[in-house]
Amino acid sequence: MRKIQDRGIHWHTPCFLTDPALPQGLVADNVYNPLLDTHKIIMKLRSQQLTSWLKMAGIFALLAALSPLFGQDEPPPYESYDAFAESGGFALFTVNNLWLLISAALVFIMHLGFSCVETGLTQSKNTVNILFKNLFIVCIGIVGYAFWGFNSMYPGDFNGFFASGSWFGVDNDDVTMMTDAYAAYTWWTDFIFQAMFAATAATIVSGAVAERIKLGTFMIYATLLVTFIYPITGSWQWGGGWLAEKGFYDFAGSSLVHAFGGFAALAAVLVLGPRNGKYLAGGKVKPILGHSMPLAAIGVFLLWLGWYGFNGGSVLSADPRGVSYVFVTTTLAAATGAIASMIVSWALLKKPDLSMGLNGVLAGLVGITAGADSVSMSGSLWIGVIAGTLVVFSIIFFDKIKIDDPVGAISVHGVCGIWGTVAVGIFSDAAPIGVQILGTLSVSALAFVASLVLAIALKVTMGLRVSADEENEGLDLGEHGAEAYPDFTPAHKG
Amino acid sequence: MKLIIAIIKPFKLEEVKEALSEIGIEGMTVTEVKGFGRQKGHTEIYRGSEYTVDFLPKVKVEIVVPDDVVGKTVDTIVKAGKTGKIGDGKVFVVGLEEAVRIRTDERGEAAI
Repeated sequence: MRKIQDRGIHWHTPCFLTDPALPQGLVADNVYNPLLDTHKIIMKLRSQQLTSWLKMAGIFALLAALSPLFGQDEPPPYESYDAFAESGGFALFTVNNLWLLISAALVFIMHLGFSCVETGLTQSKNTVNILFKNLFIVCIGIVGYAFWGFNSMYPGDFNGFFASGSWFGVDNDDVTMMTDAYAAYTWWTDFIFQAMFAATAATIVSGAVAERIKLGTFMIYATLLVTFIYPITGSWQWGGGWLAEKGFYDFAGSSLVHAFGGFAALAAVLVLGPRNGKYLAGGKVKPILGHSMPLAAIGVFLLWLGWYGFNGGSVLSADPRGVSYVFVTTTLAAATGAIASMIVSWALLKKPDLSMGLNGVLAGLVGITAGADSVSMSGSLWIGVIAGTLVVFSIIFFDKIKIDDPVGAISVHGVCGIWGTVAVGIFSDAAPIGVQILGTLSVSALAFVASLVLAIALKVTMGLRVSADEENEGLDLGEHGAEAYPDFTPAHKG
Repeated sequence: MKLIIAIIKPFKLEEVKEALSEIGIEGMTVTEVKGFGRQKGHTEIYRGSEYTVDFLPKVKVEIVVPDDVVGKTVDTIVKAGKTGKIGDGKVFVVGLEEAVRIRTDERGEAAI
């Protein structure tokens, strides 16, 4: 099992804000599942994953000899995958593995969602460019993860801060990787699920820098960020690094994915500058309207759908109680996030704003991501409400300080990512609030600094921004020589 | 009364509108059009083949003004709509026979 942090369900003694109906003091180790006995043994072996067969066999033998001390029988490792397929544990393994694969596909759908959101909230003259960037990011994110990221993020034994990566892959016949001796799913499933997460972290930045960043520069920036930087912060927690040792808790990545992306985006936007004409003299902000509210709404609904895999799959098994619990907390936070942002934006801005409501859904989802398995029902409601409120104020705030973020990525992912992580310390006992603050700030800080360095280096060498003329005419023509809507002339072209 | 027709670059519309408002012209009609003069179109490429798009998006602004402000209005439009680059557009002045305000039945300059 790659993940040091046991992302199974944690029921802890509830704090005062939690639902009194929650079973108390119950450790949900899925005690009916004999898999976890093997799991515990393999957890010990995890750090030696890359060593030779001989050492592995020796350790198995040692543990077998010591088995009376554990007070239970260890199932023997399987002779072959086929032997495993004949065994009793195969059916459960298949179900668990299937859910993880479905979750990976659901996380993939988030790229479709993000493409729609970004396209809808920006101008039609830049649509081809935005779609091209989104297409590129998911592809390079996964490939980079294969070449370097996966092994850098889950190195086994390491110094806790950084491990270098390598080409991924194991032997298909390796029984310790393809059976429940590894986890509730195969090594390949582990890879693809994690690879989808990596790709989503990269795509957060593309929304914030839209409509003025040079394509080639962005492609290099995104490749470097997701391939080399994302695994570093990921290893700190999910790879068993220093944050994991401090007891930091990030169930599905409010910090490791969302705050990471949000603060990387912030640094990039600071170096890049706002779109021309966005901030006028006298503190006036000129709204640059998105060209398709339907697409934006469709995108948000798709992201919501994908989040069922993002959070649901992070249970790392198909455990009925665990996954169903996460589905409910996730949904509640999304719903209250939207309601809160609708009410707040209506009160503040005098009219109900669709795009704020849509951002509220995402804010709630980002907020619940750190603690979907550990916070109570009332906790998830509060998390959504506060995230939905925060995001409205944050979007207005960033415009006030002249940080131009066309889709609200910094507010949704950065600000609410931090909130979601800290909320785990408030609404559950999974980790103390101090550690949560430390963890989320250090992840955000590294993302910010790394992105800043990358952006400045690229600005100085390749140039970060398109020319003013090209920005005016639209990146579709400037970068691609193409139009997204050749059959009609939408209102604000040229 | 004269009808002034100005073809300008779309992103210049706000500027022209504000400049006209400053000299006291408050009403106008705006249409999105496509056109070209001496400005060449641009080349695009689709799935390996190049093609030229000759017609470029422009905005047509139509204003009716009394005779005594025609000169000032034209100058304002030219100044606000100029970028110095090819494709800035043109202004035409057309004689007008009659104008009527629908709400009040006023005619002539009172209707402008």
